[in-house]
Amino acid sequence: MTQPLLSVEHLSMRFGGLTAVDDLSFNAVDREITAIIGPNGAGKTTVFNCLTGFYPPTVGRLTVSHETTRYRLERMEGFRIAREARIVRTFQNIRLFPQMSVLENLVVAQHTRLMRASFFSVAGLLGLPRYRTAEAEAVAKAKLWLDRIGLLSRADWDAGNLPYGDQRRLEIARAMCTEPVMLCLDEPAAGLNPRESAGLNELLISIRDEDQIGVLLIEHDMSVVMEISDKVIVLEYGRKIADGEPDEVRSDPAVIRAYLGEENIAEVELNA
Amino acid sequence: MATQRQDWFATLKESAITAAVAGVLMLPMIGLYTSTRAGGLAVGTRWIELAAGVFLVFLGRLALIRIQNGDRLAPILGGLLVIATGFYLPLPNGLLTVCCIAGGAIIVLRSVFVWGNSQLQASANQNDNPTIAARVQPFLKKYGPWIGAAVIAFAIAFPWLPFADRRLIDLATLVLIYVMLGWGLNIVVGLAGLLDLGYVAFYAIGAYSFALLSSNYDLSFWACLPVAAMLAAFLGILLGFPVLRLRGDYLAIVTLGFGEMIRIILINWVEFTKGPDGISGIPKPTLFGLSFSRRPSEGTESFHQFFDIPYASVDRIIFLFYVALGLALLTNAFILRIRKLPIGRAWEALREDEIACRSLGLNPTNVKLSAFALGAMFGGLAGAVFAARQSFISPESFTFIESAIILAVVVLGGMGSQVGVAIAAILLIGLPEWFRELQDYRMLAFGALMVAIMVWRPKGILSFREPTLRLHEPDGKVGK
Amino acid sequence: MEYFLQQLINGVTLGAIYGLIAIGYTMVYGIIGMINFAHGEIFMIGAFVALISFLILGPSGGAMIPIALLVVLLIAMSLTAVYGWALERIAYRPLRGSPRLAALISAIGMSIVLQNYVQLSQGARVKTLQPVIEGGFQLMKAGNFTVVLSYMQIIIVVVTVSLMAAFWGVITKTALGRAQRACEQDRTMAALLGIDVDRTISITFVLGASLAAVAGMMVTLYYGVIDFYVGFLAGIKAFTAAVLGGIGSIPGAMLGGMLIGLIEAFWSGYFSIEYKDVAAFSILVLVLVFRPSGLLGRPEVEKV
Repeated sequence: MTQPLLSVEHLSMRFGGLTAVDDLSFNAVDREITAIIGPNGAGKTTVFNCLTGFYPPTVGRLTVSHETTRYRLERMEGFRIAREARIVRTFQNIRLFPQMSVLENLVVAQHTRLMRASFFSVAGLLGLPRYRTAEAEAVAKAKLWLDRIGLLSRADWDAGNLPYGDQRRLEIARAMCTEPVMLCLDEPAAGLNPRESAGLNELLISIRDEDQIGVLLIEHDMSVVMEISDKVIVLEYGRKIADGEPDEVRSDPAVIRAYLGEENIAEVELNA
Repeated sequence: MATQRQDWFATLKESAITAAVAGVLMLPMIGLYTSTRAGGLAVGTRWIELAAGVFLVFLGRLALIRIQNGDRLAPILGGLLVIATGFYLPLPNGLLTVCCIAGGAIIVLRSVFVWGNSQLQASANQNDNPTIAARVQPFLKKYGPWIGAAVIAFAIAFPWLPFADRRLIDLATLVLIYVMLGWGLNIVVGLAGLLDLGYVAFYAIGAYSFALLSSNYDLSFWACLPVAAMLAAFLGILLGFPVLRLRGDYLAIVTLGFGEMIRIILINWVEFTKGPDGISGIPKPTLFGLSFSRRPSEGTESFHQFFDIPYASVDRIIFLFYVALGLALLTNAFILRIRKLPIGRAWEALREDEIACRSLGLNPTNVKLSAFALGAMFGGLAGAVFAARQSFISPESFTFIESAIILAVVVLGGMGSQVGVAIAAILLIGLPEWFRELQDYRMLAFGALMVAIMVWRPKGILSFREPTLRLHEPDGKVGK
Repeated sequence: MEYFLQQLINGVTLGAIYGLIAIGYTMVYGIIGMINFAHGEIFMIGAFVALISFLILGPSGGAMIPIALLVVLLIAMSLTAVYGWALERIAYRPLRGSPRLAALISAIGMSIVLQNYVQLSQGARVKTLQPVIEGGFQLMKAGNFTVVLSYMQIIIVVVTVSLMAAFWGVITKTALGRAQRACEQDRTMAALLGIDVDRTISITFVLGASLAAVAGMMVTLYYGVIDFYVGFLAGIKAFTAAVLGGIGSIPGAMLGGMLIGLIEAFWSGYFSIEYKDVAAFSILVLVLVFRPSGLLGRPEVEKV
């Protein structure tokens, strides 16, 4: 039996008396885009925060398996999740390094590898070729991603001076530069115009198909979700109410009830 | 016309209100003073000073409003006039003289600054460049190495220049010590964004390790230097470890606490540190074993004997200057280099956004500790040089005020900027030491500068950031 | 036992003074989220204003002393309040919305300015005032050790407690207090609802400064010795008290002040007086590392 890339089992997260996530279980695999949707306050971002080590979950088992190794995320610190389990996320309110250049943002993301190559700075201080090669590789990789997100010409801008849509894409590229096995995106389409949103869809599909990693996506924009996701998980009040392919979920009565309220169901069914 | 009159009326009213508030503030402190008389304390009055102070505040406020409204010439002339008054009129006391000169200077500088800034802004908008700094960069990139070489050449030639006397060379050594301290603290504050108010602790550790090792074990300066640096770095890690989880301003206060604790321990641990009396007779550095004394001790040779030149006591001071210069250049090279390494970028990334750093797999504790330890190391180096220069150290040299001075150097220079810190050290340490009359007012000016810079130009005087990596040349051509 | 009781009395007195200063730290922190580093200096200025006005009014002497003291208290509170107001206006208001560290550096600058301003205008020498209110109750006697509760200590505790009570009333019961709490929660929203945020913040500084002035006056009368440097250590200790009690919480500041006062008194009484400041700093470090939200504060949740 093959282990799914990410398996979430019985995850619960309580803040004092409030249960933000309640006994949630799901799997996500590589080469697939898994979307988590749900009304505001359904606990989507909390799931991300548990996955990436910002809060230790109250209960639950979070397992990532790749290359014959299993990582138990609930026991790991945030930076180790990114470094070893290689689950990397973006943020709802973009978190770039605004006063560093676009290129530097992408090179910082390759810190762990460069640090090793620079022999914890010793080789770098001495200017050894070993470090210079590694740095050139890092820049080449950054260039590749800049090309993919169309920011090559703005590589030396301060990241904080980029337009909003570019910042969103840069944050995704930065996460990809860490070579993750799973990319977690927290509302990547928020605030984008329709054209940018279409571009984002293409980018995410290419990440799935070319880089062949798993994508976990929180999104409100249904056009994005329905168009590109392979699997949709619906949360309401921290509980999973549906899990399946986009078309199945779309017609699930529980989902319609959660989104539109009880009394509108009849109407929706008529329209459908 | 009418609006202009109204404008002036509002300006005058605003200035009058400010002056009135200032009058209330100054009444108990400047208008009245306490002095010790036979039967205890007595109160005296200084009405003239009070009136003059209120009038100065009125003028200052007026000028600042006019500057804000776009006036240039009038405030500059007014400021110069006030400066001249301070210089040439026999004012009733020194404080007033200094207030006139400093106040006038602030007005002049401020109006020049606002003017220059608006010019730059205007031209930057035309070219649609992302930053103003990008316009300065090509220039610096082209001439930067030359300027750097010229400055270093000047520094090397400095002791031999005609105007350089004993006192000036000694002062230059002190300035170099502060340059090193500023650069060291700059790693912590400017690059990593951790406000350290107890930096003086590392300076003290460096000075005391050299002093104690040389007086107890007879070790030479050169043997103690690496030890002092290592001990300071070690202390940096030791102190840093428990507190680096704290948020910015809490961290600042805790480091302040550590700085004071170290000082109190130095005062009270008399058996080890000789307490408040301090340690004297700290040896000077030697040149490959050649000392700089007139009569070297048995079995050693001194510099003038070896080279067979007449003894000159200034040689020792010149040599110490070169030692400080060498260490400062080493510090500079090290920091310039490490800024472009992954660790340097990680410091800056941490300053920008710690949460994003964690999400990219950077271990914030390690990144912070490395900044803390390296910053401390340079503090320790500077401390050892300081001890060698003074030949005497006591806990009094390592108060919180010292930390604040170093912080002022970094803040004024522009956090993260190497050149800026060096210039600021010359301005803040060199000038007041040279003009001894200003000594008393030095700290007042430091404090005022820190406030003014934070309010008007929070990034410091010389602050633009050259990216550590570039894909394109600054002029737009694609490089690499 | 007798010695213990004496240290307890001294500690409570000291704690009352720290508590008064700590309220200023905690209120400002609550409302604008920054450490008012210059608050210790405001306390020092309060002490000087009290000293100077007492020297002017005091000699009238005799039965007039209580009235003179009351007038001195009012003068010290109001003049120091103007200092607090000006401090906010010059060093903090222009920096609203800029990074925390910028505001902290500006505050440090202001603290240096005030210290040197007083040093230059009033001289660096220590000012000694003859005791104004002497005597007290002899509570207990054991051998040649007498436990004394002086009148001055009683005055300090009584004044502190009544001021704190009045102050607590202002914060919890009046419109001003409501405005303050609203600004603590969400400054933008408070402004949208018609609260004059600038004014509320100014008043916070004014209140904090006048309480610090009371503390300054008490120290002047109790110890009879002040200089331009008293604000630094007292400020740090009061800040420690505010953090210990839970920064942002006013009862916390009072509690923290008491604890710091007691710890300091017992530490100097039983261990070593030289290291009493080290004890205070160690407590600060321990509290911040292990319980940054203090005893009565709410923990801050990191938002992602």
